[in-house]
Amino acid sequence: MSHTDAHAINEDRGYLTERGFRSWACTLDHKRIGVLYLFTTLFFFLAGGVIALLMRLELLTPGPTLMSDHTYNVLFTLHGAIMIFLFIIPGIPSGMGNFFIPLLIGARDVAFPRLNLLSYWIFIGGIVVILASLVSPMDTGWTFYTPYSARTGAAVATLSLGIFLVGMSSILTGLNFIVTTHRLRAPGLTWHRLPLFIWAMYATSIIQVIATPVVGITFLLLAAERIFGIGFFDPAKGGDPLLFQHFFWFYSHPVVYVMILPAMGVITEIIPVFSRKPIFGYRAIAYSSLAIAFIGFLVWGHHMFVSGMSHVAGVIFSFLTFFVAVPTGVKVFNWIATLYRGSITFESPMLYALTFIFLFVIGGLTGPFLGALATDVHLHDTYFVVAHFHYTMMGGTVMGLFAGLHYWFPKMTGRMLNETVAKLAWAITFVGFNTTFFVMFILGYHGMPRRYAEYLPKYHADNVFATVGSWILAVGVVIMFANFVWGMFWGEKASANPWRGLTLEWQTPSPPPTENFDEIPTVTDWPYGYGKKAV
Amino acid sequence: MSSFPLFSGEAARTTGEVDAVFLFIVAIGLFFFFLTQGFLIYFAVRYRRRKGEPEAETPQITGSGMLEFIWVVIPSLLILAIFVVGWWGFRDLERPLPGAMEINVTARQWLWEFTYPDGRKVINELRIPVGRPVKLTMTSTDVIHGFYVPDYRLKQDVLPGRYTYLWLQPEKTGTFVIFCSQYCGTGHSAMLANLVVVTPEEFARWEKGPAEAAGGESLAHRGEELVEKSGCLACHSLDGSRKVGPTLKGLFGHQVELSDGSSVVADENYLKESIIDPGAKIVKGFPPVMPTFKGTLSDDDITAVIAYLKTLK
Repeated sequence: MSHTDAHAINEDRGYLTERGFRSWACTLDHKRIGVLYLFTTLFFFLAGGVIALLMRLELLTPGPTLMSDHTYNVLFTLHGAIMIFLFIIPGIPSGMGNFFIPLLIGARDVAFPRLNLLSYWIFIGGIVVILASLVSPMDTGWTFYTPYSARTGAAVATLSLGIFLVGMSSILTGLNFIVTTHRLRAPGLTWHRLPLFIWAMYATSIIQVIATPVVGITFLLLAAERIFGIGFFDPAKGGDPLLFQHFFWFYSHPVVYVMILPAMGVITEIIPVFSRKPIFGYRAIAYSSLAIAFIGFLVWGHHMFVSGMSHVAGVIFSFLTFFVAVPTGVKVFNWIATLYRGSITFESPMLYALTFIFLFVIGGLTGPFLGALATDVHLHDTYFVVAHFHYTMMGGTVMGLFAGLHYWFPKMTGRMLNETVAKLAWAITFVGFNTTFFVMFILGYHGMPRRYAEYLPKYHADNVFATVGSWILAVGVVIMFANFVWGMFWGEKASANPWRGLTLEWQTPSPPPTENFDEIPTVTDWPYGYGKKAV
Repeated sequence: MSSFPLFSGEAARTTGEVDAVFLFIVAIGLFFFFLTQGFLIYFAVRYRRRKGEPEAETPQITGSGMLEFIWVVIPSLLILAIFVVGWWGFRDLERPLPGAMEINVTARQWLWEFTYPDGRKVINELRIPVGRPVKLTMTSTDVIHGFYVPDYRLKQDVLPGRYTYLWLQPEKTGTFVIFCSQYCGTGHSAMLANLVVVTPEEFARWEKGPAEAAGGESLAHRGEELVEKSGCLACHSLDGSRKVGPTLKGLFGHQVELSDGSSVVADENYLKESIIDPGAKIVKGFPPVMPTFKGTLSDDDITAVIAYLKTLK
């Protein structure tokens, strides 16, 4: 590494000094809890990824390849449920949010450290219950649409309870972050000097606290319908299946912003550092996070244009949906403007950050096809939707997570990653991702429905292409994770500030001491004054 | 099977309408794609710092109210245009058509049943005349399904306990696939049907003719046709492999183990009972999910089916 000049290397292992099971299981240190969340969620990312590879393998041929239709249905349900509830929702918010919110605002911990530990263990409790549901694995899709989910023989009630617990953990974490941001900012750190990652996490936490209870209640109603036969959603018992869909999407649409906003926050931190230039449009980026969170609550009905919902409602939801695009576009334009006349270098965090923009823009621009009524009628429930949300969620959020992991790895572990291997993994991942998912837009336009274990022979060539892509993608991810493991134990020791960042986490040793800062810093300026001679 | 030529092949009036909206969004999308990715790549290349080069002092540009205004207003106008175009297209898809022939659609796990005005029922084949609008009144007997004709760019979920509607305006003869688009369980991806669009003359002939053009064909042959078009093969194989339900191969005359521990010989009475009242005797190891075919298959039909099953040694 060339940037070891800023601070001397600290031989102290900081917050990682203490060893042993209890030191982790009972820790009140937000950094350790963040690390626990990251390990847990990344484990489920790999598990969900293995399931995805099996699904792609099944789709290698139009007919049955290596499993029954039922097994395939179970696999896509598990892939969705694991990736969404156990990886992507808690991943950046609870993992990186826990680790970096106090560091970025100059605090010693979150506002409620014990609540923080409790929310981790509730999360683990939820995971145990979810795993228990595997005795009769779910085959409903991650969306649990009734009446199918009320009738199938799978352990729907168990899984619902597990997700209820995971949601509870999510609410507590969000609450903790909101209070932390309000109460524990360092002296002089006014709202408009906050790092933009904090703004993004603040908006995220608001969504978590407001929307998650709705899905919790929905799953309780579903469990009550299954266990006691109360007809909330099943028309045979006087219920309404569309009511379930409204409840479900009232949470599950806003929650896509729980997934994407933190990743946007990570990107916003990385781009100015590696461009050596101030962030462009600070306030526009900060307020657009809040705008996305707010508008995100009003658009859930765009998942239901062909569900049998009234056409008037469809038109209104379509109209509102398009306005999410405006603040999202504002962010993209500001990131790109930040690059203008910068002095840009392309270390691995920056490569992933730029990849985020590239892929997320494709994901974003394919959104209007699904937001517009006439085209959504055709594309809804086809592979076009699968491609769209993988471009936003994997091309967006997961690339943002990878960017953050590469960027903050030295701070979290006190060691550097191998940069050559990181770039190799990036290149393979990029190629693999696009090979796997771009062709799905074409499949969707040509009408291939999603959640099909078997498909018509005319879709065969495109599916072979996507399956081969999934293997390339897997190779890239395996190399990346091997680099993480290698770096954790054998990486070069990192200095306090290898990327020469100005945010507060870089002004303390790597890894940080348990109390984060020897002395709470006093903030006199915003954190984006890059590119001045003095720096 | 018809092909899906990109942006052509007007199978129905709706095909071209939806494709026009699609193209409009593609144009706006490409504009933003090249705008953003162009600047992204141009800036990344133009302002990169080469190895060993000293870090340049960069200008302290922190924002521009004018630019923020421009990239709020222009995208807002363009996406509003997309909304309006999408809305207009949708109004056309959903507009009731005068003089439409009304056909009832019943979806169930995992087949489609079409009921014509004269009462005739056909499974997994919707036969309509070209050029005449058709109104589908759809409902489901169990879970939510989705009626989807990709060539027509049309889709509508089919719900239990209420009716949903779809208007078809076929403009080309041919056979088009109907998918179930809303996940409905194990047999979801096998829940296909054919949309057969024929000339009005051909349709009139078919409409006048007997429900099954029996002619001189053998009973077993008619049974084979019934098994194929009644959707049996979505769940039952003919080659001995296990699907949702047990295979039909070698079934007749053999011992069948039931879920309650007893066993029964698969004779004519057992087979007929299993078709009319599938829940009465469940084969061990299989879920009790088969729908009844009472009212769908007549006694004569069932006799023909059994005659066919006898041939599957």
